[in-house]
Amino acid sequence: MSLDSLYQWLEATGPATAIRENALLFPTIESFHVLAITLVFGTIATIDLRLLCLASRASRVSRLTASLLPWTWGAFAVAAVTGTLLFSSNANAYAHNIYFQAKLLLMVGAACNMVVFHWVGSRDLATWDALPSTPARARVAGAFSLLIWIAVVACGRWIGFTMLRLSF
Amino acid sequence: MPHWLIDFCSWLQQSPFSQTLQNVEWIVPAVQTVHILCIGAVISAALALALRQFGLLAAEQPLTRVAAQFLRVIWLALPILLVTGALLITAEPRRSLASPAFQLKMALLVCVASLLLLYQGRIGRLARSSSGAAYRPGKVITVVALLLWVGIIFAGRWIAYASGK
Repeated sequence: MSLDSLYQWLEATGPATAIRENALLFPTIESFHVLAITLVFGTIATIDLRLLCLASRASRVSRLTASLLPWTWGAFAVAAVTGTLLFSSNANAYAHNIYFQAKLLLMVGAACNMVVFHWVGSRDLATWDALPSTPARARVAGAFSLLIWIAVVACGRWIGFTMLRLSF
Repeated sequence: MPHWLIDFCSWLQQSPFSQTLQNVEWIVPAVQTVHILCIGAVISAALALALRQFGLLAAEQPLTRVAAQFLRVIWLALPILLVTGALLITAEPRRSLASPAFQLKMALLVCVASLLLLYQGRIGRLARSSSGAAYRPGKVITVVALLLWVGIIFAGRWIAYASGK
């Protein structure tokens, strides 16, 4: 099955059709999407700023992440589900939108950054966990993450202005 | 919608500054991006305040210190939100100012700002008394504040759909 026929199939599913035809569904799902994204960005930024030694320096890195990451993942799950629903309503157009493509690629980049930091960059976390200052690789990971998520939000906003559908 | 508001909106919309905001394509999405990033900072700070009240974040540190840290985030982001919000209004005065969603958003904003000022005052008094006692109403206040911010985000998104006539 080609990607284009996948998009067509997706657009024809029940939820996708309902979102297209009901004037209230799209903005309602979009509201949850925005709420989830603000929480994903804000909680990740809190951890990134700690890794950059710019905030929360009195907190252990491990404790801060243990407290905040469940909220980040919960919000990310909501963002992914609502995002998929919004995508399905107009799959073909979104898939061909350059900002949508960039947004997905950036999130793959954020995932890579996270995996590398988790498995390699923070293996010796115990030695600097409680210190106010962090090693250079932690700061690089924090800076990357912060920049990537800012770009993800920007791309998301630009999608709204470059789609044929009139949603702002 | 009262006449003076209609007049004000059309005057603002025709002003050279508003025209620039409308005609330079990247300005509105860029300003919206900054606006959303700052809302991300505010809602996460509000979440952090509530988590600290419930002992789920930085419980080993004094409540007064953690609360002060995240309240500072909110008071820093709020002026940026007001400026970017004002720019977005200037770009499309009628769509925003006359929208019931926008009016609800501003009402909720006044509520949450007053609530957080009250909270900050009580927390400050707690810090000075140095009794180390917990601030009991803090749980309710921070949860209500968090819910008010959620309401503000929802109302904000609906401005685009429930715009002024």
